[in-house]
Amino acid sequence: MSPVIDIRNLSARSAVGPILRDVSLSVNAGEVMALVGESGAGKSTIAKAVLGILPAGIEVTGGNIFFEGTDLLALSPARLRDMLGVRIALIPQDPLTSLNPARRIGDQLTDGLRLRAGMNRKRAFDRAMSLLNDVHIREPERVLKRYPHELSGGMRQRVLIAQAFSLNPHVIIADEPTTALDVTVQKQVLRLIRDMQREHKTTLLFVTHDLGVVAQICDRMTVLYGGKVLEQGFTAQILKNPQSPYTRALLAASPRYDQPEQSLEPVPEALIAELQREISA
Amino acid sequence: MPLSIILSRALSALLTLFGVMVVVFVLVRVVPGDPISMMIAPGATDADIAALRAHYGLDLPIWQQFWVWFKQVLQGNLGTSISMKQGVITIIAQRLPATLELAIFALIMAVIWGGFIALVSTAWRGTWVERAIDNFNGIMLAVPDFIWALTFVLVLGVLVPVLPISGRSDPSIDAGLATQFYILEGLARAKFAFVWDVLKHMLLPACALAFPLAAVIGRVLKNTMMDVMVQDYITLARIKGLSSIRILLQEALRNAAVPALALTGVQFTFLIGGTVITERIFSYPGIGNLAIDAVINRDLPLIQGLVLTFGIIFIIVNMAVDALTVWLNPRLRHA
Repeated sequence: MSPVIDIRNLSARSAVGPILRDVSLSVNAGEVMALVGESGAGKSTIAKAVLGILPAGIEVTGGNIFFEGTDLLALSPARLRDMLGVRIALIPQDPLTSLNPARRIGDQLTDGLRLRAGMNRKRAFDRAMSLLNDVHIREPERVLKRYPHELSGGMRQRVLIAQAFSLNPHVIIADEPTTALDVTVQKQVLRLIRDMQREHKTTLLFVTHDLGVVAQICDRMTVLYGGKVLEQGFTAQILKNPQSPYTRALLAASPRYDQPEQSLEPVPEALIAELQREISA
Repeated sequence: MPLSIILSRALSALLTLFGVMVVVFVLVRVVPGDPISMMIAPGATDADIAALRAHYGLDLPIWQQFWVWFKQVLQGNLGTSISMKQGVITIIAQRLPATLELAIFALIMAVIWGGFIALVSTAWRGTWVERAIDNFNGIMLAVPDFIWALTFVLVLGVLVPVLPISGRSDPSIDAGLATQFYILEGLARAKFAFVWDVLKHMLLPACALAFPLAAVIGRVLKNTMMDVMVQDYITLARIKGLSSIRILLQEALRNAAVPALALTGVQFTFLIGGTVITERIFSYPGIGNLAIDAVINRDLPLIQGLVLTFGIIFIIVNMAVDALTVWLNPRLRHA
């Protein structure tokens, strides 16, 4: 089976220095792939490169991003826009800032259905209601008339999840979708994303720094440090038997309820120094 | 909006008006110049002058004069103009529509022009288009309305006479209107040739008033647009595959308009103040031009009436801005 997303030797740099170094990874259809790493590891840059929203100042210096055989980096902005929303969608990081404060939920949620799928307003709103049902929002017809500030963070993230799935895209990129939420809400939202992904058989690229989240929903994972892939493979295998010392250190730094004494070890400085030498070589 | 807020707004508006009344009443009486000396015939005796002074109540102490005037105003009477021998309300009612139509025409031009340059320079941000607009806008911002007015009179009225530079309409056209709202009534009665003529007369004074306001709107709106364009919801709109023009108009403009609107309200009151000189330059028969005549003639009741009228206009503009801000920003509705 050919991969849905196939990133080959992707490199990018900013004025300060390299951001991605020769990153290769592929995601198969219906699979959940985690991009794991600390801040600055380059995981968000990969997501942004796929979506064509790299900030000014970051430049791709080499490589390809194939989406179902098409190189996204070679597409014109107009052709890329045709794909976005319909075949590739995003669940953003911060639900509080990702909805337009001046527009009603219903109008925002139905943008894609009306403008991209060509539904009339009535049909789009009917569809939006059932989407809100799918993400377990009660009284969807009332929520559609609300403005974002009238909803809680968890509700807004559900709306954004419904929006991402609304046009049945082949790939959804989830960019730390639970980081901005309360811990109690995080679990529900995570389970919701997993259920929706299984139901729609969507390919999911899941950006996170949280290995607990990875263990719960990701089939495979890619560990990044300093813009470089350190380790790649099935989640269960890597978590059980990490090959890279950095992955081991990351695991040691994750909180564990059963062994509170041993957890929360910071990544050793000697290891960081070694990694720095390695990636700049 | 809850009733208590409306009531407190109305109360503060009335207090503002009272303050305006006190200040203008005192001011016109302490500045040099005596309305009586403007009207007496040569050779009038001291007794004549005293009689005239008593006739207009100008012999009373100033606080008594104010009390007399204040009671009048409460009864809806602004007194009689000294120079024109007519009721102040009648005179202002005759002239106010001309100024309102001019100011609103100028405001519409400024909003369209300012909004246009803000949108264009946002859409082409970081390119030479943005820089060119910024530079051009700087010039528009630096030149005050009366300089534009004089320039237009010289260039488009005298050197290349393409547009009328005096009056409100061609005196040879008798449209037979019942009100002074030439444009509104002309449109309602389908007298389009007449409306066209009125618009041509309004164009230059309106441009003079609109240019500085358009520049302010353009600059502020562009800055707030730039802030909005980096928000997460704009990025998400892009990822939803919405077109650039839709992102600009549907997603960004409404959010960016809120801060720009507050400033536009303030600047619009300046524009109304600017009608005083601009109407004079174009011999435009509005209350601005009337105000200058009233000051020259030391026509105290008329000056007071005009300043009160300007005060009421300012208060109405501010209330309209508040209402529009709430409409544009749903987060304020339940606060």
